[in-house]
Amino acid sequence: MTVAQADSSTLTSLAAEPQLRRKPRTYWSMALQSLRRDPVTLVAIGFLVIMALLSLLAPVIAGGIGIGPNDTNPDNAFQQPYLGPYIQWRTGLDPIRAPLMLGKSGGVPHWLGTDQLGRDQFVRLLYGGRVSLGIAFAATVLILILGVTVGTVAGFFGGVVDDLIMWFINTFVSIPGIYLLIIVTAMFKPNPVTLTIFLGLFGWFGTARLIRGNVFKVRALDFVLAAHSVGTRNARIMLQHVIPNSMPIIIVNAAIDIGVLILVESALSFLGLGIQPPTSTWGNMLNRANNFLFLRDPETEAYVALHLLVGPGLLITMTVLALYLIGDGLRDALDPMMKNIR
Amino acid sequence: MARYIIRRLLQAIPTLAGVSLISFVLVYNSPGDPILIRTFDPNITQETREILRRQLGLDQHWALQYTSWLTGITLRSGDVVEEFTRQDINCNYVAGLNATFCDSGGGVLRGNLGTSIATNQPVWERMVERMPATFELSVSALLVSLLLGVPLGVLSAVRQASLFDGSVRVLAVVGNAVPSFWLGLMLIFYFGVALGWLPTGGRRTVSLTNEFDLVDRISHLILPTIILAFGGIAGISRFMRTETLEVIRTDYIRMAKAKGVAARRVWFVHALRNALIPLMTILGPTIFGVLTGAVIVETIFSWPGMGRMTFSAAVQRDYPTVLGAVMFFSLLTILGNLLSDVLYGVVDPRVRL
Repeated sequence: MTVAQADSSTLTSLAAEPQLRRKPRTYWSMALQSLRRDPVTLVAIGFLVIMALLSLLAPVIAGGIGIGPNDTNPDNAFQQPYLGPYIQWRTGLDPIRAPLMLGKSGGVPHWLGTDQLGRDQFVRLLYGGRVSLGIAFAATVLILILGVTVGTVAGFFGGVVDDLIMWFINTFVSIPGIYLLIIVTAMFKPNPVTLTIFLGLFGWFGTARLIRGNVFKVRALDFVLAAHSVGTRNARIMLQHVIPNSMPIIIVNAAIDIGVLILVESALSFLGLGIQPPTSTWGNMLNRANNFLFLRDPETEAYVALHLLVGPGLLITMTVLALYLIGDGLRDALDPMMKNIR
Repeated sequence: MARYIIRRLLQAIPTLAGVSLISFVLVYNSPGDPILIRTFDPNITQETREILRRQLGLDQHWALQYTSWLTGITLRSGDVVEEFTRQDINCNYVAGLNATFCDSGGGVLRGNLGTSIATNQPVWERMVERMPATFELSVSALLVSLLLGVPLGVLSAVRQASLFDGSVRVLAVVGNAVPSFWLGLMLIFYFGVALGWLPTGGRRTVSLTNEFDLVDRISHLILPTIILAFGGIAGISRFMRTETLEVIRTDYIRMAKAKGVAARRVWFVHALRNALIPLMTILGPTIFGVLTGAVIVETIFSWPGMGRMTFSAAVQRDYPTVLGAVMFFSLLTILGNLLSDVLYGVVDPRVRL
């Protein structure tokens, strides 16, 4: 029995069969589907979303605790994290220490302790996340705009244009980037906006190279020839045909770039060249940390500043790790076009 | 081969010219006053400051300063022969142009990187003083990343999907995500402060006798080397794992196994040798990574090398020192990439240069 002979009621019931129903699958829905089956990437995305939300909600959370990021209390410097004693208090193991700490801090619970000026470490980490994440995201946007534009133009036109652009890029790439950034930040003393611009301006070379390589491949494909032959203008071909075909590279690169930029920004801020105090970033919270390594409590001989060391570093590591894992996961999900990078 | 190397060296010239122009423009157009670091001396008046500024050429347009930095020849309007002629500077007034040309006999093109504003020492001398420390640290970091990275990568490919493989791969990803300065601080705290096994910084213990003490030197070298090599170990082990896995899928490995060659021999003679070839391609990037990391590692460990010198020179706005160091590091980067390409051609006869 062929389909044509089948009576319409059979066909209708077949069509209603849920197993046979299929949505048309696009490239992006396939990518999304393979991403859904990738627990590592999902956990990484979840972690990043939580970090972003915590940073965005920093003022609200700080308001709830009742302390600002720059509120100092010299009498209560280097207080240890309240979290442990609090749990011991609630479980009845140690009923004295937590209330004593609260008394010393004026009723404010310093969940992750306080720094050398008695500022709340937890609140400063949240506010630091705003700056660190914000700068890295914004600089990545700048990098993508510059890198995609320049890379596409170089790859699309080739010839002299490409030679000039590549000479420019190769020249910049020969200077170890961190030295370039140290020079400009040491001399210009940047605020968050200018630092973002510097990171963007000195960070797009690799992206442009990757995009250029991909554009060389796309340029040779038949649909570009077809577009040329019907008289489509170059700008339109680039926007409509070439750039969308670089999309997987752009997305993967963006995730990894954000991670790299968080590391770069924190290194600069650690050296005291990035964002200046009192604005906190994860990097500059570690800026004076090497001086505190040796500090001990005169009575108990315990090291008092370790909690200042661990928090920012762990947050940087975990956030960057999450972004790298997301990059890897996206690369696998977007695979059909990505076989040739990395 | 020789022709290839010469061509690449010639190509490096416009690149270095570009590097010098870029760094010069960046440095000289930045706000701030290099004279300030010399004026901690309260006896210096505004007047002497101006004279100093004029003598250093800081009052001129940056393009003139750039040519003077390159060639050692300074151009000034009017007849100022008297003011600028010193024993090391030779000035001539050209009446037709109403300008004075001064030749200091220096200039980058003549191999003279100028004089440091901060210490009044020749920049090259300052750099040479610092080079052995940076060299010592970078070479030991490179060696450690190769000696640890290669076996880790190959072994994790041999035991693919084992616990060992898993932990090496996790280590590689985490190793790239950890900020080196933070890891450095943690290690300084743990091994230097809490356990007290290793010194917390510096290149040697300062003593009156200044004797060379190998054990002391090595104990100072351990922590900075680990931190500097960390990224390299992560990168190389990941690279070697992929390459080894690729090589073992080839026909000659299958052939060797089919012939009944012992597994150990297949892995470490047939596979390893061929997997090592592409390692040359990441030698350049690894050198680049070590040079980049040196700034931060030298800073946290108070290592008296060129990275720390560049950092403090940038903070002090010591323009000539910063420029000299940047030119030097860029040259090293270019040479590192060239070395890695040439070696690739040497070890792999399929590659024609």
